[in-house]
Amino acid sequence: MLTPTAVLAGIGLVSGLGLAVAAKVFAVEIDPRQEEINDQLPGANCGGCGYAGCADFSAALVEGKADPGDCPVCDDATLRLLGEIMGVEVGESVRHVALIMCQGGLSVAHREGRYNGHASCASADLIAGGGKLCSYGCLGLADCQAVCAFGAIEMIEDCIARVIPSRCTACGKCVAACPKHLIRLVPANTQIHVLCSNTEKGAAARKACNVSCLGCKKCEKTFEDDPRIIIHDHLAKVDYLKPPTDQAVVEVCPTGALTVRLLDREDRARQPS
Amino acid sequence: MTSPGPGDFKFIISVSPHVHSGQDVRSVMRDVILALVPGVLAGIWFFGFDAFRVLVLAVLGCVAFEIGMNRLLGRASTIRDLSAALTGVLLAMNLPSGSPWWLIIVGSGVAIILGKAIYGGLGYNPFNPALVARVFLLISFPVQMTHWVVPAGITTGLDGITGATPLGAAKEAAGLGKSLSETILPDTLQLLLGNVGGSFGEVSALALLLGGAFLLYRGIIRWQIPVGFIGSVVVITGIAHLLQPDRYLGPVVHVLAGGLILGAFFMATDMVTSPVTRTGMLVFGIGCGVLTSVIRLWGGYPEGVSFAILLMNALTPLIDRYTRPRVFGQVSRKLFEEAPSS
Amino acid sequence: MKFKGGIHPDYHKLTADHATVVMPLLKRYVIPVSQHIGTPGEIIVERGQEVGRGQPLTSPAGFVSVSVHAPTSGKVKKIADFPHPLGKAQPAVEITSDGEDAWFEDIAGHGDWRDLTPARLKNIIRDAGLVGLGGASFPTHVKLSPPKEKPVDLLILNGAECEPYLTSDHRVMLEHPAEVMEGIGLLMRALGVRKALVGIENNKVDAGEALKRARPVDLDIKVHLLETKYPQGSEKHLIYALTKRQVPAGGLPMDSGVVVQNVGTALSCHDAVKLGRPLTERVVTVTGSAVREPANVMVRVGTPVAEVIDFCGGLTGDVGKVIFGGPMMGIVQSNLAAPVLKGTSGILCLVESEISQFQGAPCIRCGNCVDACPMFLVPSIMGLLVERNRFADLGEYHITDCIECGSCAYVCLSRRPLVQFFKRGKLEWHEHVKQLEGSVS
Repeated sequence: MLTPTAVLAGIGLVSGLGLAVAAKVFAVEIDPRQEEINDQLPGANCGGCGYAGCADFSAALVEGKADPGDCPVCDDATLRLLGEIMGVEVGESVRHVALIMCQGGLSVAHREGRYNGHASCASADLIAGGGKLCSYGCLGLADCQAVCAFGAIEMIEDCIARVIPSRCTACGKCVAACPKHLIRLVPANTQIHVLCSNTEKGAAARKACNVSCLGCKKCEKTFEDDPRIIIHDHLAKVDYLKPPTDQAVVEVCPTGALTVRLLDREDRARQPS
Repeated sequence: MTSPGPGDFKFIISVSPHVHSGQDVRSVMRDVILALVPGVLAGIWFFGFDAFRVLVLAVLGCVAFEIGMNRLLGRASTIRDLSAALTGVLLAMNLPSGSPWWLIIVGSGVAIILGKAIYGGLGYNPFNPALVARVFLLISFPVQMTHWVVPAGITTGLDGITGATPLGAAKEAAGLGKSLSETILPDTLQLLLGNVGGSFGEVSALALLLGGAFLLYRGIIRWQIPVGFIGSVVVITGIAHLLQPDRYLGPVVHVLAGGLILGAFFMATDMVTSPVTRTGMLVFGIGCGVLTSVIRLWGGYPEGVSFAILLMNALTPLIDRYTRPRVFGQVSRKLFEEAPSS
Repeated sequence: MKFKGGIHPDYHKLTADHATVVMPLLKRYVIPVSQHIGTPGEIIVERGQEVGRGQPLTSPAGFVSVSVHAPTSGKVKKIADFPHPLGKAQPAVEITSDGEDAWFEDIAGHGDWRDLTPARLKNIIRDAGLVGLGGASFPTHVKLSPPKEKPVDLLILNGAECEPYLTSDHRVMLEHPAEVMEGIGLLMRALGVRKALVGIENNKVDAGEALKRARPVDLDIKVHLLETKYPQGSEKHLIYALTKRQVPAGGLPMDSGVVVQNVGTALSCHDAVKLGRPLTERVVTVTGSAVREPANVMVRVGTPVAEVIDFCGGLTGDVGKVIFGGPMMGIVQSNLAAPVLKGTSGILCLVESEISQFQGAPCIRCGNCVDACPMFLVPSIMGLLVERNRFADLGEYHITDCIECGSCAYVCLSRRPLVQFFKRGKLEWHEHVKQLEGSVS
């Protein structure tokens, strides 16, 4: 009875000593700020900052390689806190939100055929463009939804993706995932948008979809010497550096491509913690 | 997978190829069930109405659990592909004909829920569902699972007369230190026909071989698994028998008695849980055979087919990985290992 | 010799006995600038310009590039984006016919090819806008110019036509055996080889006989009948079946000393040299149960598909798919305004009921695809990797060696869109390699 007890105790002692020595000898110096910063970061590891995850980003921050503002997810309060930890000044950032520049769902956009195959936009795009008459439009197979780590993209009934602004952190994953390049990060305080990406001429665009931008210039003309919407390639584009503010402008649009979408975070309470 | 929408457009947009052989999961499952018919009939012939009862209960149980799990998990119905029915048939064939009804229902539930549904359904399960159930029952309810009814024939309908399986008898003899020559064993013809004790579907080697031949002919199973499996059992038990004929049964008994034929042709060849490459199939078959022989000769259980197949199921991904065929025109593997990976 | 793997689909060669008919002149043609693998040419005509038949509309941009030519005489009506068979709209030249169908004045025969140097032959072939007519549309003159370090000793003519339904090559061999043989001769001269083999599947014995009879005495051309098995017409498998040489994985036929050309290309080469005529028309098999009168039609490049189908009696009401090419590798069309290209060997119209629809069913690992793959890949696992977005692991499974023949999907019990997985997988794999290289440098 005594021998086994002694042997076990001995093994325990030796192992414990070994661990203690190893912890001292091989200790890795970590900047204490790193841990502090890590605690403040969202922890979603979305990769929106360009680093492998939040821990990687905090390491980069401490080393001075990155700037607190590089995190697209943190709100202003958090950014200020990060700035305090780092002892740097953090400028006010404008919150951005992803916006899908297409509203051509099944009921309004015309199709040339029924797509049958891998349920992924990027794969469908390889087969005759996915079967939509408008080769620019949303395919509705949810590649953006699949990559969104924040659950901020929903597929609405009309088989088209839609961003839930209150959840969006503008990490940019969906922008990269969309094979039709339909998703843009726009300032959240803007309200008027052209939700169409079709650069075909008016007639072709109208044939393809009921809510396409025809490039008719009606909206452009309402801003006589202060252009805030510019037509380029038969497609109207909102100048997000100087966005239109008067919602009345959308009434001139014959198709409804120019529309009002409120993107501000209405109630922060609804946001998942 | 076809996108919904107004029906005003004609064309289907999809990738090549635009034609198909016509074979699908359902047709394959149907063929396997057809191939099991002789074995089932033989079982019913030897064990009577009781065996039929086991079969019906197991099939109904599996199908019912499949429907339930599909509903619960919000999956589309998979009854039409007949895989649940096949699992039911295989499970029944792996049970003694005198199994109580609750044992069969528990087995069906384990097969469908633990064996398949929790992994994501057909195609994702790493282990053969019927065998998962059989082993679960064997470990949990050893008494009921080894309550072997002696074949009484369809006419008498008597039950309650129990006896050992040939392999069980031999194991028992070995355990008592007796020589095999003192044990009474059925002759080869009886083993071939199936007039022996055992699970209801495993007894008649002849009927099962008939079904196996049908599957080989239809190209549904490849020869590599059954040949590797049975071949390695023959070799190993043959050597053991030559060295110690008093202690170990001969290879003929080992092949014909127990669940080897059923396992080699119908259970190990389960598509989902066996390798996809031909070399892999051979490796898999031989592995099954080796493990079966080891368990039968030196293990605690008289029968080792189920355990052997399940163990090899676990190795299937590994086998697939290391038996990838050499690509057409590839001179040596080295050339490609230089390509960036990961 | 036989290659391993492959499948035996139903052949449905409905039009094997239909002599080629010539399609009458149309009012309007749309000629896409990009009709081959490589850089598209630059447009050299202007709107409103009068052109003659065979007049080049573009000039080649670079070595791997060829011109496209006016299919008839008339006026350039428009230069704009038009529907293209490969999907997205692409730049094309629209020509309205003047009804004269007069050849461009520069067109003149070059005499007997035996009197021309290989370099001159290659120039003529390039100027004639010749590309592989089997479907891949690789510029012919590029194939005829192997680099010095890759000596070529053999020319193989692909007359396998292993795709079900298609019979255009069959008819070409049957109707123009002498011209095909002369074409082979000039290709041999251009390439500098003394030996040529013609590979034909043994369901076209008559074509083989016709070619054997037409063989010029001064040329070493052997005609071989091969097993009827898909994909016998794949370059690598044809070479293996005829010579037992294996093209190295990732390599080209010239890596094993062979150049492969389609028999239709040989005929067009003959026309280009003997008559000086550039490639402005080709034989197209219009077939399938959704077209009323299946036929082999001589169609001018740039003819809208709808016109070709109308010429063959039109579509039946239950049409489900219109395909450019055969049922195994053909490209599905959504817009019948798209024109016939140089590489369009067939227009296949299938009724909805005979089309196998893909399903989202999971792989049940039956291994049928592994047996069917003629490149000895493991399609089942590759498909799963793509489905799970594990693109970085695809290299290990040699996805770049996939020839997209569709044998795997043909036998797939779960009817998975395997070829789509691999098309996508190849793109993502190349993207991955690019990123890796970027991070290394």
